[in-house]
Amino acid sequence: MKQSDKTLYWKKNLKYLLILLSIWFFVSFVLGVFFVDYLDGVKKTANGIVEDPESIFHGFRLGGFKLGFWIGQQGAVYVFVLIILIYVILMNKLDKKFNIEEKEIKTSDH
Amino acid sequence: MDVQIWTYIIVGITFSIYIGIAIGARAGSTKEFYVAGGGVSPLANGLATAADWMSAASFLGLAGIISFSGRDGSVYLMGWTGGYVLLALLLAPYLRKFGKFTVPDFVGDRYYSQTARIIAVICALFISFTYVAGQMRGVGIVFSRFLQVDITWGVIMGMAIVFFYAVLGGMKGITYTQVAQYCVLIFAFTVPAVYISLMLTDNPIPQLGFGADLVDEPGMSLLDKLDGLSEELGFNKYTQGQKGTMDTFFITMALMVGTAGLPHVIVRFFTVPKVSDARKSGLYALVFIAILYTMAPAVSAFARTNLLATIPGATYKEVPQWFKKWENAGLISWVDKNKDGKIKYGPGIAFGENADGKLKPQLLFDKSGELQRGKNNEVILYNTPSKNSNELYIDKDIIVLANPEIAGLPDWVIALVAAGGLAAALSTAAGLLLVISTSVAHDLIKKSINPNISERGELIAARLAAVGAVLVAGYFGINPPDYVAAVVALAFGLAAASFFPILILGIFSKKINKQGAIAGMLVGLISTLTYIVYFKFINVADNKPENWLFGISPEGFGTFGMILNFIITVTVSKFTPEPPQEVQNMVEALRYPGEAKK
Repeated sequence: MKQSDKTLYWKKNLKYLLILLSIWFFVSFVLGVFFVDYLDGVKKTANGIVEDPESIFHGFRLGGFKLGFWIGQQGAVYVFVLIILIYVILMNKLDKKFNIEEKEIKTSDH
Repeated sequence: MDVQIWTYIIVGITFSIYIGIAIGARAGSTKEFYVAGGGVSPLANGLATAADWMSAASFLGLAGIISFSGRDGSVYLMGWTGGYVLLALLLAPYLRKFGKFTVPDFVGDRYYSQTARIIAVICALFISFTYVAGQMRGVGIVFSRFLQVDITWGVIMGMAIVFFYAVLGGMKGITYTQVAQYCVLIFAFTVPAVYISLMLTDNPIPQLGFGADLVDEPGMSLLDKLDGLSEELGFNKYTQGQKGTMDTFFITMALMVGTAGLPHVIVRFFTVPKVSDARKSGLYALVFIAILYTMAPAVSAFARTNLLATIPGATYKEVPQWFKKWENAGLISWVDKNKDGKIKYGPGIAFGENADGKLKPQLLFDKSGELQRGKNNEVILYNTPSKNSNELYIDKDIIVLANPEIAGLPDWVIALVAAGGLAAALSTAAGLLLVISTSVAHDLIKKSINPNISERGELIAARLAAVGAVLVAGYFGINPPDYVAAVVALAFGLAAASFFPILILGIFSKKINKQGAIAGMLVGLISTLTYIVYFKFINVADNKPENWLFGISPEGFGTFGMILNFIITVTVSKFTPEPPQEVQNMVEALRYPGEAKK
């Protein structure tokens, strides 16, 4: 493999990682933690949790689930699977494009 | 045939399968013992990783925790699956390319330092021992509940089985038994879940069923019903979260990063032949884990709805048979505080501590060994009732254990759940024991104490270390330290704060050097250890949000330790000499899965 190819291959890989990990962070933390109440159509106040009619998701149901609840207990896990799936496909394509031939790696002590 | 005979038959069959596989997959070399010869297919490795990862806590505990915490339980669902994204994208392919046997191998070589290797070995041993004690206990509990065997004998039987395939077969034996164990545990979890989903919502897929409408009340969704029932009894709505946002963030992150830093999970990716296979097996692993992890919250909601709809307000005489069975086992208890003969359930703890100072019911026996019973024929307790009006104690484990009975399923399903719980506990225990024996034989003896040891000598050392580890784990299983539950937070926190940052930096930067890595690991390790030990062991009474640093609970502190570790490692590396050229070349080589075709 030429050095310029190597650099290009690595840069592509880093780009994929950056995009996919941003999705991972967005779904788990932005949707699943920070805005979960908003997606559920409620808000935390000094008097406990109350309905939030200002949320555009107020009253919204996804197959019977409130959106934030669904993301935390189902949706995020599906997205994680998809992220890895997409990464596997992208990297297999990249390996092909750069004509990388994988041999079995010899595990050894030396 | 009754439940007990069914249980003996099904557990007997599964154990014979495990032993048969172990005999067929004996390890002949250290390479086979440590990494199954590096020739496991990605699919088999995905199945084995899923079984390795899902422990007795996932199988028995997860649905229970969520059932009692509602939406707040999401931290465990996201936290224990999201780590696989990090593993498959950031660690597995590169560590596979590195091509050695263990995580301390990588740390020692990448940071060209014996000190770094030893610190890594200590972390690996500590994390694995912490974890394995709980697994052996889980084995004992399943045996004692389903087969009426004494816990001690249950643990000894579990030890004998693990001994057989971990000591003989090493990683090779473990891998193929774990494949079988995954099949057993997922079947055992799915059957009752599908049945109950059909019963309550007429939808055979539990993941969809728990959002659907109830069969008995068309137009009323299960979750709305559950929210309503919860509020009526004075609980918070099931679908609302009470935990603070910042703390939720820190805990979720610590669990994710901790998962990605657990040595027994990482080492599984060393067993596949190629880098692309390491990526693929990360995908398979998460798919197989997700099947259980998306079903568990459905089971939680079904069980909670069933429970709240049938038990509160009922008189003791009308409660179903399963209630009385698990009452006799001390997993459900009722104290008739207002003497009305009816079961009142609400927030708060129903009674005080038992003789050991724990909040668990302690049953009373008369001289002939019979349970002592009260006016309504209920089991009475040593514990004094508390001041609040709640009269009911329900153990979290009951959610999965009693599920088949609550749904009125046939006896063989109950037996299947027992076999599933055993499969989950044994597969995780075996994976951990392997890390322990590898750490001792390979990282300590071969790489540190006696580098001239022969291949045969090292294999013998590995087997002896496995024997030693099984015995230690068994001892802790029979005499569990009080802090088993608390140390799980510790294991994740430490994995997050010690390993994860230096693995990532070691792969993605060539300039990080040994001074940085050692300083980072030590700071991450010591800060997290101090914080968790202080709040969980030394000053438990202070473990309240107002005393926490930046409002971070001990469970979430691993994230903080991880951030510290990152900062220290990078800063120290900036002001100390660069790593030698050959190390930088090695890092460069990690980035390409192979050479270009000629």
